[in-house]
Amino acid sequence: MIYVVIAYLWAAILLYILLGGADFGAGIIEMFTSAKNKQYTRTTMYQAIGPVWEANHMWLIIAIVVLFVGFPQIYTTVSTHLHIPLVIMLFGIIARGTAFTFRNYDAVVDNMQKVYNKIFVYSSFVTPFFLGVIAASAVSGRIDTNAGDFLSAYVFSWLNWFSVTVGFFTVAICGYLAAIFIIGETRDDASKVRFIRKAKQMNVAAVVFGGLVFTAAKAEGIPLDKWLFDNVVGIMSLTAAVLSLILLWYLLLKKGKVYIIRVLAGFQVTMILLAITLRHYPNIVILKGGKYLSLMEHAGQERTIYSLAMALLLGSIFILPALFYLIYSFQKNKGQWDH
Amino acid sequence: MNDFIAARSQMALSLGFHIVFSCIGMVMPFFMAVAHFYWLRTNDVVYRNITKAWSKGVAIFFATGAVSGTVLSFELGLLWPEFMKHAGPIFGMPFSLEGTAFFIEAIALGFFLYGWGRFNRWFHWFTGVVVGVSGLVSGILVVAANAWMNSPAGFDYINGQYLNIDPIKAMFNDAWFSQALHMCIAAFAATGFAVAGIHALMILKKKNIRFHTQSFRIAAVFACIAALLQPLSGDISAKDVAKRQPAKLAAMEAHFHTEAAAPLILGGIPDEEAKEVKYAIKLPGMLSFMVHSNFETPVNGLDKIPETDHPPVAITHYAFQVMVGLGMLLLMIAVCYFIAIWKKRSWMQQPWFLRAFVLATPMGFIAVEAGWTVTEVGRQPWIINGIMRTADAVTPMPGIAYSFYIFTAVYISLSLIVTFLLYRQIRMVGKLYDVSPSA
Repeated sequence: MIYVVIAYLWAAILLYILLGGADFGAGIIEMFTSAKNKQYTRTTMYQAIGPVWEANHMWLIIAIVVLFVGFPQIYTTVSTHLHIPLVIMLFGIIARGTAFTFRNYDAVVDNMQKVYNKIFVYSSFVTPFFLGVIAASAVSGRIDTNAGDFLSAYVFSWLNWFSVTVGFFTVAICGYLAAIFIIGETRDDASKVRFIRKAKQMNVAAVVFGGLVFTAAKAEGIPLDKWLFDNVVGIMSLTAAVLSLILLWYLLLKKGKVYIIRVLAGFQVTMILLAITLRHYPNIVILKGGKYLSLMEHAGQERTIYSLAMALLLGSIFILPALFYLIYSFQKNKGQWDH
Repeated sequence: MNDFIAARSQMALSLGFHIVFSCIGMVMPFFMAVAHFYWLRTNDVVYRNITKAWSKGVAIFFATGAVSGTVLSFELGLLWPEFMKHAGPIFGMPFSLEGTAFFIEAIALGFFLYGWGRFNRWFHWFTGVVVGVSGLVSGILVVAANAWMNSPAGFDYINGQYLNIDPIKAMFNDAWFSQALHMCIAAFAATGFAVAGIHALMILKKKNIRFHTQSFRIAAVFACIAALLQPLSGDISAKDVAKRQPAKLAAMEAHFHTEAAAPLILGGIPDEEAKEVKYAIKLPGMLSFMVHSNFETPVNGLDKIPETDHPPVAITHYAFQVMVGLGMLLLMIAVCYFIAIWKKRSWMQQPWFLRAFVLATPMGFIAVEAGWTVTEVGRQPWIINGIMRTADAVTPMPGIAYSFYIFTAVYISLSLIVTFLLYRQIRMVGKLYDVSPSA
């Protein structure tokens, strides 16, 4: 049963990166869109993500509940030592979620829209940035559970070049996912071309920040290259990611089938997550001094894991068909609804 | 402000904020479903407009409730890591199920809000009902988790270790039913009176009278039924608390000394030093009767409980008085409403009658906050009743006071924006949904 729980945790994280990530990316794209195209970008994105947008963020809740029920020590260690970036991320989530809803449900359209837009755009940047920082810090080996002073216990646990570059990398990935997604949502060629260009830019940014992540890891003494390249799965999944990237560029240049492009982009992100997580499995947090927090050793008691797994399985019976039908119905007739 | 008080205040603030949004988010869909039902049945366009207008409110409150709920799932660990380390695996079951219920709610809301004219009309209606039902289920599950803190079950506590964990037993702890019942009815009463009050105000201002009258009636029926039922559920809760948490009951009643024919204390100022209540009205024997159904049976006072385990008496007592007092006022309004329906139709248009509802607009929610204060402050100094002290659960990170200040600023601004949005929605009713009386 523990494997069921771990599989769900991984799947929830992946789906949050893909769906939630594309959702954050929508705001990031808006940030990097010229003023004259902003309104069009906004409308297209709103139509694309409107119906599913609340659901996209449920994956984070699923992941966090699995953590605190099944792996309480991992949850509490991370939330104690990464308190500050977590709180900043939470403010991002609050600001973004409310601004998105407020701008669509303000009965009067006036200058307040500018305020909502600003908040939405900035928080779309801040939230995934700190998500990246938190994820990187969990494996960077900087969390010191015995630290005596404030700075080394609560600040240097996450403030380092490695975490910061991973933060930017995450932002770029989100923007990239969103751009790829929106290509299929546009209805005229000019904007299609524009979003294809956006996707390329975001992709270049992701690759550049990916490179910087390696450099930062080197500088900080984190053996990232070893983690990724000293094992077959790491090499294979990264090779697959690179190959699919080449194919994707080819299709982007050829203006190929949108669905294939989407699948390829999702595939790349999946492979990257696989490469990063599998090397350490079942450890998910690396502490200072080489100690680990492991999904196997730090799991809750058997009855807890069993009932958690049952709750997750039961939940998927309800959630997955409903979610697929939701996505299906709104993808089928794009942009035809009134509300 | 020390870190412990700051952490408690931040938690209280976050929950106090979340409770309002989640009550509205779980109750409004039912009002909406009723209006929607009338629209499908009668084709009277007023009902469609009411449904649409309310659905915008629901969207705003749902989004705010969802983010504040997400924040809470993190705050549990950010502020109370020691608690979560041990409690997470035990009382996690309702949270894992709640994840599902909440997810379903979000999906159904997507269907409902964006589904006008795209689906079979009754399927669309049904998705609205699903929003309400899954919201209600979420609420019950979260309250069941809180009930576990009051009435820990499903584990053996041996030498500081939590052994033989049984998450199902923990979920169905002794307090889950009485607490969930009380909370659900409270949510209907509070939301119902708030909505009815706003529409009553608009009727008094003679704006879109038909729209507001029909809205008022739907909300008022829910509110008044809930207000009639709430004293019964309150009685079940009080008897339950007396059995399981005598310290909480004693604090609620400011009942310092164990005595036979214990009086019910109304109002007054508890003096925790002198262990007496000044300026209170005392109804002899009534407390004994309420707890034991007998006017003579002694009721345990705070003197039976070690001083170090006393909850803050004054706050708990005041909060309890406020809750019960407002509950009684709402009960009286509800009785008037049913008299109006069955005997005196003419009251419905009387300004005094509508004004009573306008006055009641915030009362339900004030009562909800007061009741929440009773259950949380009354449990102190424990975070898990009788097992773990709140002070032992708090995060070791210093500087929580700053975090509290920032959260306060964020939540105050959010409340202001939501109020502002609601005001704009209501003001626009005339423009968006105006129908001539003949329509």
